[in-house]
Amino acid sequence: MQTFHYKKSTNVEGAVASGGPHASFIAGGTTLVDLMKLNVMRPAMLVDINALPLDKIERTPDGGLRIGAMVRNSDLAHDATVEKEFPVLSQALLSGASPQLRNMATTGGNLLQRTRCYYFRDTAYACNKRAPGSGCAAMDGYNRIHAILGTSEHCIATHPSDMAVAMMALEAVVHIRGAKGERAVPLNEFYRLPGNTPQIENVLEPGDLITHVTIPALPEGARSHYLKRRDRASYEFALASAAVITQVQGRNLQHVRVALGGVGTMPWRSKEAEQALDGKPANEESFREAAEVALRGAKPLHDNAFKVELAKRTLVRALKVATQAA
Amino acid sequence: MKKKEDALDTDGLTRRSFLSKLGATGIAATAAPLLAGVVDAQVETSPSPAKPTGAHVVPVTLRVNGQEHRLQLEPRVTLLDALRENLHLFGTKKGCDHGQCGACTVHVNGRRVNSCLSFAIMHEGDEVTTIEGLSNGEELHPVQAAFLEHDGFQCGYCTSGQMMSAAALLKEPCGEDDDSVRECMSGNICRCGAYPNIVAAVQQARKRA
Repeated sequence: MQTFHYKKSTNVEGAVASGGPHASFIAGGTTLVDLMKLNVMRPAMLVDINALPLDKIERTPDGGLRIGAMVRNSDLAHDATVEKEFPVLSQALLSGASPQLRNMATTGGNLLQRTRCYYFRDTAYACNKRAPGSGCAAMDGYNRIHAILGTSEHCIATHPSDMAVAMMALEAVVHIRGAKGERAVPLNEFYRLPGNTPQIENVLEPGDLITHVTIPALPEGARSHYLKRRDRASYEFALASAAVITQVQGRNLQHVRVALGGVGTMPWRSKEAEQALDGKPANEESFREAAEVALRGAKPLHDNAFKVELAKRTLVRALKVATQAA
Repeated sequence: MKKKEDALDTDGLTRRSFLSKLGATGIAATAAPLLAGVVDAQVETSPSPAKPTGAHVVPVTLRVNGQEHRLQLEPRVTLLDALRENLHLFGTKKGCDHGQCGACTVHVNGRRVNSCLSFAIMHEGDEVTTIEGLSNGEELHPVQAAFLEHDGFQCGYCTSGQMMSAAALLKEPCGEDDDSVRECMSGNICRCGAYPNIVAAVQQARKRA
């Protein structure tokens, strides 16, 4: 591992002032330390933000939640309000990683997880995300775990987070402090598609610090569910996952929110599926129709064509579970 | 821990010291210096073990198993490496070194974490507990006793991590059935496949704790 300078920040202003193009903030470290050992990430300076007072989960005036960037994944998953009112978020968090990693990983860090693409993680291979312009070894390589939505000819890497998929459906807003002050970005506008610049994954500028995430209250009686499909029963990244939120009014669906994981180059909100479900009866036919719509733009590759059907069935199943609970 | 290991050896040659000598005389001359085994060997044969050299060595104070240690470390030294190579607490194991196997599990302020994915310098002021600090003197922790009783291991390499996870689990929300235990213990891989006995041991420890 490359050596680096280390600095501990105790307040947000100090942390932001210490940030910059050659510095990385370190919180739980579960992604960063891993990738530093692989020489994939090589910050010259680490700014330790573990002492920042950003570890609270608070109720917002509108009945939503304000989640500090340093709230650990395990604490967020087991928060009584999250379990009761936003079960999709708790389920997504608990389906990710292991108890040890969830004790370390933070809300802000989870949003910034890097892809599990084998070629990104191995400096022996070409990777436009790690070394822009070098090519994409996954395109003609073994691409079973790769994305089918939002891909470009330069990158097909998936975003690995479960939490972010639930937060997409929950219409979370990311609050950022940077050199130019504070700003709030809806999560749906936070990530960037790879396009020609897969090395740029989100709207953060060098030195920007995520301070907290807000989630609006769900409408009365809304149900939510997160379903994850993977190669083993636990401690594995998603091949396909679905976060769904819906209200069942009479027999019909309203306030439908759908996001998919494991299939997109970013946590994938499907407004198309939401529109297809809005006002429709809560039955298999509607669910299947929405799943077809959600995956209409899928571009399967050599090894991951199975994901198209897997994602559809995952979404149908998640909708079934969510609406059966109603 | 180290003293105990030495005392057990009648020839005055332990597995660790043997590998170290082999490393220093045989392997080190030919192998790349970053091979893990060679680094281990240099650590063991050096009069001042495992003091990383380089421009950026900084003082780091770690509190481990109730004892304070003043160390000189590079910021890039992980908590796992500091425990093993600087404090000679070899009970905490290095498996994958990437947060995928759980062999390095320790408690930081009472919560289980992967010590391989954290830098030691980040833990000044924290209370770190390793497997060496789990028992109450000679009295085994309920988890340790249960692992012995249920034979919750074969080769033993993952065992300290398994037990540190299990000990933390006792204080965490986790369902009562075996499936819940499997899920709560999924961060610890056992390649011998001692899982049925590990689950039995954890369940027993939960009943007695």
